[in-house]
Amino acid sequence: MILLQLFLSFLQIGLFSIGGGYAAIPLIQSQTVDIHHWLTAEQFMDLATIAEMTPGPIAINGATFVGLKVAGLPGAVTATFGCIFPSLILVSLLSFVYRKYRELPMLQHVLSALRPAVVALIASAGLNMLLQVGFDGRTGISLPGANWAGLILTAAAVFILRRCKWNPILVMVLCGVAGLLLGLAGLY
Amino acid sequence: MTKTEKPLWKLFLSMLYISAFTFGGGFVIVTFMKRKFVDEYHWIDDKEMLDITALAQSSPGAIAVNASILVGWKVGGFQGMLVAVLGTILPPMIILSVISLFYQLFATNRYVALVLRGMQSGVAAVILDVSLSLGQKVISGRNWIHLAVMVLAFAATFFFQVNVIWIILASALVGIVTGLIRKGEKA
Repeated sequence: MILLQLFLSFLQIGLFSIGGGYAAIPLIQSQTVDIHHWLTAEQFMDLATIAEMTPGPIAINGATFVGLKVAGLPGAVTATFGCIFPSLILVSLLSFVYRKYRELPMLQHVLSALRPAVVALIASAGLNMLLQVGFDGRTGISLPGANWAGLILTAAAVFILRRCKWNPILVMVLCGVAGLLLGLAGLY
Repeated sequence: MTKTEKPLWKLFLSMLYISAFTFGGGFVIVTFMKRKFVDEYHWIDDKEMLDITALAQSSPGAIAVNASILVGWKVGGFQGMLVAVLGTILPPMIILSVISLFYQLFATNRYVALVLRGMQSGVAAVILDVSLSLGQKVISGRNWIHLAVMVLAFAATFFFQVNVIWIILASALVGIVTGLIRKGEKA
């Protein structure tokens, strides 16, 4: 019974969160804290913090965290499955439609207008990340308060990626090591 | 490309690897997928990767999972889709299970915080690098409508925090209108 509840609850989260993590957070909160009382408000904050610090979509993190807590490993698997189930059906359908009709002239026009918009969205995500690194978000942009070590590290990483074409994950891990070393040296 | 076992296995390992290392939102994982599947393996061209991003972003659910479903179908059909999704969800499930056991230790550890802060620089760099490459392509295409869409979409999302769904709908509308005009010209 609890497994079915977990499944249905995360099914709703998967179905109604359009646009990624920021849309999912309030839904996860309402399902797990307000409706089912699986988590306290404080545990939900813990979940949000862990999700921020670990890889993966927050909905998957949330499903694993809540599922484990409520019903152990079967709970984690059931909740995660519930969460991805709507995507499995809807996005597979979309993939089929895309493959079948993308040669239509009209859809070609729509897709070719969407591509530059997606480039802009990716660029904006990158710049927001840069603001996060340099100024802890967009609220306090001031040059003396900037995290120069972080900004220089980012610039160096962009240079290495563009000029030397290194593997991006290697570059990211090296940045982590650099962060640790800079921090230990008191520069970060 | 022949659909032998090799691409499936390669697809699974790539997804596992990308998913285990990508911190941050859906656009981060899509950028890493682009580097792997477009630039390294040449399984997908960059136009289709952008289409996949738009579709993944506009569908319900996690962007990373949606993108892996689309990439999976493209690379290896139904099996490819299953393998890609499994590769995407396993790392966060495993990492989260382990970390929830040691939460206090993890969240307050100074070294963990320093490494994560450094990695933020790396993630920003990867996204900026991919946006530069893709942006250059749009600019060298010399299509002023596409350039305008890119500039306006950027302003809308970065400066005015307009919901992504509206940006995608508006761009689709631009595509429909240019399509109708072209059709009118031909007739």
